[in-house]
Amino acid sequence: MNHWPFIIAAYLITALGVLGLSWGSWRAMRAAEARADAMRRDR
Amino acid sequence: MHAFANPAKFLSLAKVLTPWLFWGGLALILVGAGCGLFVTPADYLQGESVRILYIHVPAAWLGMGGWTGLAIAALMQIVWRHPLAGVAGRAIAVPGALFTAICLATGSIWGRPTWGTWWEWDGRMTSMLVLLFLYFGYIALARASAEQPGGIGENGGVSRVTAIFALVGAVNLPIINRSVVWWNSLHQGPSITMRGSSIDSAILWPLGLTVIGFSLWFGAIVLMRMRSILAQNKVEARMARLAREAA
Repeated sequence: MNHWPFIIAAYLITALGVLGLSWGSWRAMRAAEARADAMRRDR
Repeated sequence: MHAFANPAKFLSLAKVLTPWLFWGGLALILVGAGCGLFVTPADYLQGESVRILYIHVPAAWLGMGGWTGLAIAALMQIVWRHPLAGVAGRAIAVPGALFTAICLATGSIWGRPTWGTWWEWDGRMTSMLVLLFLYFGYIALARASAEQPGGIGENGGVSRVTAIFALVGAVNLPIINRSVVWWNSLHQGPSITMRGSSIDSAILWPLGLTVIGFSLWFGAIVLMRMRSILAQNKVEARMARLAREAA
């Protein structure tokens, strides 16, 4: 049995999870901090 | 820990640490995974599929480590009423669940060419699946308590019941750890213990890089999520104050 398709699938799932969570967390942080900063400036 | 009870003090440190942990972790992951894929030899018994080790083991470590973090945060919330404990708990839950899911998925993919099956209801795999369901339960409870009126300001949106759930769920951690010793399992026994490792050093060394790399990256994600919750808290507190003034 060729093991490489299994290895590629495992690494691909991990890469998607890592990149997806990185992007989602970074975007949420930037958006929340921008809202908080804008609110502080408007005070 | 109480030195960082002040969110402003915590935020100033988190802003410095986040990029270092994120990029340092990512670099170590890439180097470790690259070496694991292309530099180390195949295993004499498992063949090439042993290369899944370099992502499966860090995923298991972070899935279990994440719940350990949740339980510590819950203890700090209940006993010391640390203002950031609930925020930390909420920030850890999603990355912890993701790594538990990755551990299950990569383990299943590893199992097919190695054991000839995708899944077996043995102690290790079943207890890891239970951990994933515990994460789902925690996320649902934390979300429900944050949606209560005024909920997010109170302990970062983590209620006492949610914190107790995190503490009770920690009972599953020693079960996962000892499952391969207590019950017959397709899963191999403990390979890395306090007394050393049964894995040959020619295969083992990139694992250190990926474990440290994923741990640093996990820390960066938790900090990002904590910063996000704290900023959201600030906005909601200001909105509530404006609403009170307008009334």
